[in-house]
Amino acid sequence: MKPASIAELQEQVVSSPCLTLHGAGTKPGLHLYQNGVTILDTSGLTGVITYQPEEFTFTALAGTRLAEIAKLLEQHGQYLPFDPPLVERGATLGGTVAAGLSGPGRYRYGGVRDFLMGVRFVDGQGRLVSAGGKVVKNSAGFDLPKLMVGSLGQYGALVEVTFKVFPRPPAYATLKASYLSIEQALESLYRITTAPLDLFAVELVPGNAGLELWVRLAGRAEALPERLERVRGVLGGGEVLDDRSEHGVWRAAREFTWLAEGASLVKLPITPGTVLALDRMLAEHGAVRRYSVGCNLAWVGWPAPIELLDHLLRDFPGVSLSGLLVLGQGGQPRLGARTGAYFARRVKLALDPQGRWLGD
Amino acid sequence: MDAAALLGALADLYPPDRLLTQSAQVIPFESDGLTSFRAHPLAVVLAQNQEEVIDTVRLCYRHEVPFVARGSGTSLSGGSLPILDGIVIALNRLDRILSIDPLQRLAVVEAGAINLNVSKAAAPYGLYYAPDPSSQLICTIGGNLAFNAGGAHCLKHGMTSNHVLGLKVVLPDGEVVRLGGQSLEGVGPDLVGLFVGSEGLFGIALEATLRLLPSPESFQTVLAAYHSLEAAGHAVARVVSSGILPGAIEIMDNLAIQAAEAAVHAGYPLDAGGLLIVELEGETSTLQIEFPELLEIIRASGPYEVRVAQSAADRQLIWKGRKSSFSAVGRLSPDYLVQDGVVPRSRLGEALAEITRLSSIYGLQVANVFHAGDGNLHPLILFDGNQPGALERAKALAGEILEMCIRFGGSITGEHGVGVEKLEYLPRMFAQADLEVMRALRRQVDPLQIANRGKMLAYAQP
Repeated sequence: MKPASIAELQEQVVSSPCLTLHGAGTKPGLHLYQNGVTILDTSGLTGVITYQPEEFTFTALAGTRLAEIAKLLEQHGQYLPFDPPLVERGATLGGTVAAGLSGPGRYRYGGVRDFLMGVRFVDGQGRLVSAGGKVVKNSAGFDLPKLMVGSLGQYGALVEVTFKVFPRPPAYATLKASYLSIEQALESLYRITTAPLDLFAVELVPGNAGLELWVRLAGRAEALPERLERVRGVLGGGEVLDDRSEHGVWRAAREFTWLAEGASLVKLPITPGTVLALDRMLAEHGAVRRYSVGCNLAWVGWPAPIELLDHLLRDFPGVSLSGLLVLGQGGQPRLGARTGAYFARRVKLALDPQGRWLGD
Repeated sequence: MDAAALLGALADLYPPDRLLTQSAQVIPFESDGLTSFRAHPLAVVLAQNQEEVIDTVRLCYRHEVPFVARGSGTSLSGGSLPILDGIVIALNRLDRILSIDPLQRLAVVEAGAINLNVSKAAAPYGLYYAPDPSSQLICTIGGNLAFNAGGAHCLKHGMTSNHVLGLKVVLPDGEVVRLGGQSLEGVGPDLVGLFVGSEGLFGIALEATLRLLPSPESFQTVLAAYHSLEAAGHAVARVVSSGILPGAIEIMDNLAIQAAEAAVHAGYPLDAGGLLIVELEGETSTLQIEFPELLEIIRASGPYEVRVAQSAADRQLIWKGRKSSFSAVGRLSPDYLVQDGVVPRSRLGEALAEITRLSSIYGLQVANVFHAGDGNLHPLILFDGNQPGALERAKALAGEILEMCIRFGGSITGEHGVGVEKLEYLPRMFAQADLEVMRALRRQVDPLQIANRGKMLAYAQP
C-alpha cells in the first residue's frame, strides 16, 4: 500500500495487524517482508515543509530524498554535517533516521542522532505523534527523536523530520598516508585523533598491499595548505590528494561503490581498540573492510553467509559486537550482541502494544 | 506504600550517619536550585556505592515509595526536589572517575562525578568534556544526563546527550541494564538517547561512558557593547548567517551585566544595554582568518565598544562573569525565577521586545542572559517573596514568556528540563496524543510511578 497522505497512512495502520515499511528501497538488508505482512510504502510522502535558511533548520516529509535536501541546502551554503550515506542511490530522510546511518563526516560534529531535532510518526495504534521540536535546542519531554534513530520502523512510521543544519565548509582537502602494518596505522590514527586539530573525517582503509589512512580537512581554503602540513607532520608523511580524487574517495566512501558485487554490507559500531582483532577475523573470511569515523565504525563487505558473521560477532572475544545488515538479503537485519533488551521491550510495549510493526 | 517497613529496611542497609530521617538533617535537602519549591522527604540516604543505590531502588519498589536521585541539587526546574514522603538518594559520594582512555577519548564516570572534574581528569591528555553548564563547578554528571544539560558551548558541540555513549542504569523496578557502549555509533534504537533527558523517570544512571574531545588549540573571544539589547540581538543574526560557526554566542542585558560586575568584576561595560560575547575556537590558522572577519561583522553591527580578550586569563574572566550571572542576580533582588525558553533565532529581537513589554506590565524587573546562538533565553524574573502575591506575579510573568516561546514555534525548555516548574506548560507545547505516548512509556518502565514522581509528567492516579 502506498498512502498519499498521513491520514491515509493512519487508516492503513489501524486496519492491518502486521506492518512493515518501505521507503525508497535503498537498504534491502533491512527489509522485513514475510507472508501476511502489509508493506506500507512511504515514498509518496515527500516534500520540504519549511526551510528558513537563517534558522539553520528544515522540516520535511520523511519520504523526501537526501539528494533533494542536499541540493536545497547547498543553494544556501548549508549542509547536513553527519554526511548521510547512499544519497546517490536515492536514500530518504526517514530511511536514514530509521536505519541510523551516518557517513564519514560524522567524525567532526556528530551523527544523524545529533542533528535530528524533531519527528512526527504514526505509532502502533495509528496515532500521529509529535516529539522533539523545530528549534535547534530543546529538552521538553522524552527525547523520542533519538529513540527513532536506528529503530528500523519497529515503533511506527516516521512521516516528518526536523533537522538542524550547519554552514557548509567552503573547501576540503585530504591527506593520504600509507602503512605496512595495521599496528603502525593505528598508532598514527591515535596520534592524529588526539591532537588539537579540527579533522573532518578519518578513515582507515586496508588494501591489498598495506593500509591507508585518509584524513580529511574542511574549512577556509586559505588555511588548508598549512593545516595539511600539520597533519602530515603528525602522521610523519603522506600525500595530498588532488581535488578530483579528493572528491572521489569520499564519494566512494559514502556511496559504498567499493562493495563487491553480491557482497553484503554490514555496519559494525566499534572502537579503535577493537580494530586489530576484528580486522584479523574479517580478513580471514575474505571480507572487505573500511574503518570509518576514526575507527568508531566498520563497514564490512561480507562475502559469506550472513549467519556466519552473526555467530562470529556473538562469539567475539572480549567485547560485545553488534551489527546491522544494510545491503543484502533482508529478513534479519540485526546481528551479534544486543544490549538493553529489558528496557527495549518496555519501550516497544509502550509505543506498539499490539505489536503491529515488525521488528524488535 | 509502607513507609515504616521501608525505613526499617533502609536502617539495615545504611549506618545511621548515612540515613537521615531527623527533620534538621533532612531540611537542607528540601529544595534544589529552584528555591521557591520545597518538599519534605521521608528520608535521605547518602549512598556510597552503586550496590547501595540499586538496593535502595529495589526497596523503594517493594514498598512502593517514590524516590529521587540527587547530585549537587543545582536543578533549576526542581528536578531534584524531593517527593513528599519519598526517599532522596544522594549520589555525591559516587563521584569516582573510573577510567580515562586517552587514546579512544573515553571517560567512564560514576553519576556523582562533578562535571568539571571530568575535564580536569582529561586535561593531562589534551582532552576535555564539552558540555559546560554554568554550574559545572559543582553539578554532577548524573544530573546533567537526567536533564540533558546544555551550556554556552552547545552551539557547536551539542548538549549532554551528544556526548554520552553508554550508561549503566538501575530501572525503577530495580533491574540493572546497560545501554549503548563505547562507540560513537550504535545499532538498534538509540536507548541512550531516550534515557538522557528523561528527568529521572526511567530510573537512575549509575555510570556513564562519555566522549572526550581534543581541547581546541586556540580561542578568540570578543565582547561587544551595544546601547540596546535589540541591537545585540540583531548582531547575532549577522554572525550566524556569516557562515562562521562560533563555539558560543551569548548575550547579557544591562541588569545581568550590573549583577555579574558586582559579583566577579569581569570588566564588562556597565552602561551597555546589551552585551554580546562571541567565541571562536579551533586551529590557530583558521582563527587567524575567521576572527578578523568576525570582528568586522560585529563592528558593522553598531556596537559602541568592542573588546578582544588578550589572554587566557582575560577569557576566563569573561566566562566567569557570564557563568556566575544567575547567582549574581541574587545580589539585586531577594528572590528571582530563572526561565529557560527557546525561540527561533530569527525571532530573538521580537522575543526580547516582548519580554520587556511584559516586564513593564507586571511591574517586575527581568534580567536577560541567554545563549543567543541557540535562541535559548534565560530571563531572570526579580521579585521580593516577602511581598504578598509577588511570587504568583513572577510565576505568571514566567508563564507568559513560555507561552510566547510556544507561540513563536520554540520550546518551553532548552536545557533546564520540565521538572516541577514547567509541569503545566508541557501540555501546552504537545498535543494529547504526544503526551499519551510519553505517559505510556512512563507506565511501561515504571508502573508504580516511583522514579521522580511528579516531575515532567503529572502523577497519574492509578
